[in-house]
Amino acid sequence: MTATSLRSPQGAGRTGDKIFSGAALAAGCLILAVLFGVALFLVVQAIPALTAPADKIQGGAGFFPYIWPIVVGTLIAAVIALVIATPIAIGVALFISHFAPRQLAAGLGYVVDLLAAIPSVVYGAWGAAFLAKEISPAYNWLAGNLGWLPILQGPASATGKTILTAGIVLSVMVLPIITSLSREIFLQAPKLHEEAALALGATRWEMIKMAVLPFARPGIISAVMLGLGRALGETMAVALVLSSGALTASLIQSGNQTIAAEIALNFPEASGLKVSTLIAAGLVLFVITLCVNMIARWIITRHKEFSGAN
Amino acid sequence: MKALRFGRHAAIAVIAAGALALTACGSDNATGTTPAGNQTSAGPKVTGTLTGIGSSAQGAAMDAWKTSFSAANQGASVQYSPDGSGAGRKAILDGSAQFAGSDAYLTDAELTSSKDKCGADGAINIPVYISPIAVAFNLPGVTELKLDAATVAKIFRGAIAKWNDPAISALNPGVTLPDTKVTPVNRSDDSGTTSNFTDYLAAAAPEVWTDKAAGIWPATLQGENAKGTSGVVKTVTDTPGAVTYADDSAVSGKLGVAQIKVGDSFTKISADAAAKAVDAGKPVDGRPANDLSIKLDRKTTASGAYPVVLVSYHVVCTTYATQETVDLVKAFENYVVSDAGQKAAADSAKSAPLSPALAEKAVKAIATIKVKS
Repeated sequence: MTATSLRSPQGAGRTGDKIFSGAALAAGCLILAVLFGVALFLVVQAIPALTAPADKIQGGAGFFPYIWPIVVGTLIAAVIALVIATPIAIGVALFISHFAPRQLAAGLGYVVDLLAAIPSVVYGAWGAAFLAKEISPAYNWLAGNLGWLPILQGPASATGKTILTAGIVLSVMVLPIITSLSREIFLQAPKLHEEAALALGATRWEMIKMAVLPFARPGIISAVMLGLGRALGETMAVALVLSSGALTASLIQSGNQTIAAEIALNFPEASGLKVSTLIAAGLVLFVITLCVNMIARWIITRHKEFSGAN
Repeated sequence: MKALRFGRHAAIAVIAAGALALTACGSDNATGTTPAGNQTSAGPKVTGTLTGIGSSAQGAAMDAWKTSFSAANQGASVQYSPDGSGAGRKAILDGSAQFAGSDAYLTDAELTSSKDKCGADGAINIPVYISPIAVAFNLPGVTELKLDAATVAKIFRGAIAKWNDPAISALNPGVTLPDTKVTPVNRSDDSGTTSNFTDYLAAAAPEVWTDKAAGIWPATLQGENAKGTSGVVKTVTDTPGAVTYADDSAVSGKLGVAQIKVGDSFTKISADAAAKAVDAGKPVDGRPANDLSIKLDRKTTASGAYPVVLVSYHVVCTTYATQETVDLVKAFENYVVSDAGQKAAADSAKSAPLSPALAEKAVKAIATIKVKS
């Protein structure tokens, strides 16, 4: 560090500096250009679908009646995934950071990260070929015993390929993202606060509740948001697992559809206006994920003073 | 240094590959006189690359055709991009592909606009791929099931709740049908199979099937679905009481396949029965003599015909700019409709071969392709 700054007034160092800053600037601009290019492409290609007469769009009722059920379906699947994954991920992260012996913690962290390395098509194949079949008796039980709840209304799907199954598969997929981010944040919790809490006679759980969780809350939220981004955009697993259909309140009947799966399933044989419609659906998904990421950023910056950086 | 060494290895590999290719070429010429190879070796020596875009239903067959065609013709290759029938038809109309694979023949409007790029006679449709669509079910203990178009339509519309429904048992005297829930499973993706299946239902049972034929399953219908042929077959295999429609080749041995009522009798699915149904179809009105578009008669009463069948076409121009392209298109299409080509497709995609009469017509149509004057 000091050696570099000492040498920098000389000619060679300055050239290197210029090249490096130029390259970094170019890389930064390139990202913006790519993002802008994608957005521009989506908008331009989507315009025919947005301006077309309603009866020309698939379903015959126009673009918004076509898109809103699958937007809701996308959100349902993502919410199911987060409701299942968040508590488990936080539990696993706390275990790794505060409870497990060091040797075990390292191994367990590695295994959780490994979950993220499994390709989504494998999760999809597992969900469609194994999980759906095995879980369908449970759906029958739910429909029989808790069927008075609108979301568990029967008759349950005979194949088990429902939005709830898709949500469960998604939850496994977002688990490693939330876990590893939360773990990093828990590890950064100020040691002095933790020790002070313990010294005042707090149990380990009370210490975590008082010293770790308040510190980590913004971090957990942004981890969940990143998981949400993944769940919203996940394509292959949902396309393989979900038996799609019209918007349905019941989570254990077949029905509902997500934007990403809708695009993946219909794009290969689409032509003309149908392509525009699907690209417009992609634009909607792009906007949703962009919003999610911006909210996550906003939460992180709002709580900057608590972050591990200082 | 490392790169240099790699370069030397690569050079050796290239030389070795070249030597192999040469020997392969030599042996091809030696066997080129066998009857199976006559379609490709009879014409002039063809070189170059043929570009096609179109139906994904033909994908598996096209892979087999591509491989054996370029093996038999050194220097010639075929590129096929399974972007969908619509994309294929669009590509041949705007000249970006030399042929298209399509699950539907060109419409009259498309035929007219094809004259821009394909010359005064426009493009022609050649049937190359016939695939019977099975109605496959999973009913433990039931192996034989007879259905008519109206009952199939009711089943897939969700109008029949149990397998022992009177509508089904009336068609199957003597068969003990279980009290199992009927779970129809359709394709979740846009597909030629769906489009042909719904076309059959809309034509043969119009009073029940009130939706138009389309590649996308009607969204208003309740029912299960899965992605791709393998997806629906897997789902039905795992679910007692489920029923689907799929390429006959993909239906696993665990599933039963329904016989379909044609006229007064029930027809078992088979390649022959499918070819027979295609032969029973009529040429589409108002087409040039060499266009082989077939208007399938879904309501056919010809005994032994199986009308739930998918016919996929190659759309080619009647004229091309250069002799090289003409030779290439002719050689490839002749191979595709030849016995060898149809057998290759039957082996890899389990399609039904074209009948000899239809193949002969196709060869005649292909012979008319010429250089743009």
